[in-house]
Amino acid sequence: MKLAHRHTLQAWLFLAPALLLLAAFSFWPVGYGSVLAFTDYSLIRETRFVGLDNFRYIFNNEMFVSGLKNSLMFLLMVPFVQVGAITLAVLVNNRLPGIRLFRAAFYVPVVTTVSVVGIMWGFMFHEQGALNYVMMTLKLVNAPVGWLTNDSLALFAVMFVTLWRGLGWYMVMYLAALQSIPSDMQEAAMLDGANRWQRFWKITVPMLRPTIMLCSILSVLAALKAYQEVDVLTQGGPMNSTFTALYYAYDQGLKHLKLPRALAASFVVSLFCIAIALLCLRYLKPKHR
Amino acid sequence: MQKRSRPLKTRLQLIGHYAVLCAIAVVCVFPFWWTLVTAISTEGNIFAFPPTFWPKAPSFENFIEVFNAIPIWSFFKNSVLIAVFTVFWKLLLCSLAAYPLARLKFRGRKLVFGLILATLVLPSEVNFLVNFITITQMSLVDTYTGVILPNVVTAVAILLLKQAFEEVPQDLIDAARVDGASEWVIFSRIMLPLITPWLATVGILTAVESWNEYIWPSIVMSKPDEFPLSVGVLYLRGTFGSSTRVIAAGTLITIVPTLLAFLFTQRFFMRGMDGAVK
Repeated sequence: MKLAHRHTLQAWLFLAPALLLLAAFSFWPVGYGSVLAFTDYSLIRETRFVGLDNFRYIFNNEMFVSGLKNSLMFLLMVPFVQVGAITLAVLVNNRLPGIRLFRAAFYVPVVTTVSVVGIMWGFMFHEQGALNYVMMTLKLVNAPVGWLTNDSLALFAVMFVTLWRGLGWYMVMYLAALQSIPSDMQEAAMLDGANRWQRFWKITVPMLRPTIMLCSILSVLAALKAYQEVDVLTQGGPMNSTFTALYYAYDQGLKHLKLPRALAASFVVSLFCIAIALLCLRYLKPKHR
Repeated sequence: MQKRSRPLKTRLQLIGHYAVLCAIAVVCVFPFWWTLVTAISTEGNIFAFPPTFWPKAPSFENFIEVFNAIPIWSFFKNSVLIAVFTVFWKLLLCSLAAYPLARLKFRGRKLVFGLILATLVLPSEVNFLVNFITITQMSLVDTYTGVILPNVVTAVAILLLKQAFEEVPQDLIDAARVDGASEWVIFSRIMLPLITPWLATVGILTAVESWNEYIWPSIVMSKPDEFPLSVGVLYLRGTFGSSTRVIAAGTLITIVPTLLAFLFTQRFFMRGMDGAVK
């Protein structure tokens, strides 16, 4: 007992600095932020509780409501990201010559800062830019398209950029999972005469199930919380068509200094995140045999 | 017949495989290539049909223009400074936290572990709103400490290092304890040297992450001279209204360090997360 006690003190001393910082910068903002969402906090006067006023305000605000819808639209990207990432991982899970180069190429967007991504894709999406040239050469469109200036297209352009940035990250997750599948399982199935397609569905996919679950949840949460790409590509425009719920929070909190509204908006997003994560956990649970 | 057609089929499959890989690689890499072409070309219109996909009259003119337009050396220095300190403090504090979680039995272990896991699912994206209030109250606005502090401790780093500590054989620890070594000595003299490869992994990932961070430093730092590159490069687009070529050159200067770091330490990135996820 005495020994265990000594370790307890030491363990907490080792942990103290990290826990202190986590408390201050990870837990406090969530807790205090949730409280402030129900107040009229401002730097210049006394703070009072205002009940649901902030929430009433944002739900009557066109920008937030359409932003929330747009955030839900981002969920459309989740299956594309996941299927794309699994495909990529399968394609690079071998020792073909040059495969490391391809892995690197697919991962490069992940290690690029979002501000640079915004600039580069700004070039790409320009009316006289490379994308329009390719699309016109392939006769997919007749005239240059304003990818970021047309209010019915801009959101999809932003969504595509999040896909472009995300694929490589999930690919690495799946690649690691694929490489941990024992190869004798594949070999045994091969001996039993299973073809590639059968092996993929009967062995690879079931073995990947925990990773698929984890990545899908992470991807859903990332989709609901998208806003950085909006900031660097369109700043919410044209005509507020690319506002997302969190971009609204960012915009209100930082540019208009309406902190309580911003926090109310992020509180709503958090509720969505928690609800959807729970749903995912429930339906994607590994099957019990 | 069967025997002869097989190699042909696999060869076709192989060609198809590479074709798909190349097509996707082009989508991933093309924006970088085009930015490079734009930055080193000095002739012709950038936005024109057909666009230039190959450099015309290449020179470093645009890069020199970047140095004249914005204090890019300061930005560079600031980014390095922030990255170095973030890496140092993260490695120190996160390995300190990971060690007891991996190797010591103590009261509250499960609780602490649960709390650390919880930060992974907390809606942290907009923490900066309240963190800015905190940083203001600590009078750390416009300081690098303010930029670094919230990024020092992350659950992913703690989980990766915990995994690393768990792989060290128990015999080593037992032997040291028998010899009367304190936990601090075991941690600093025995454990830390043994997990160097993992420290390197976390260090590299953190350095790149810190270099790329954009939102938080743009909130904390208000004086342009003190911006890191990721923030400063947008300044090039905004305030000066520089030419597209100069912006492209600035963009390249910003990303070259992380790209090099990534290309030379690819394996760290390729295994990066899986340890934490297990």
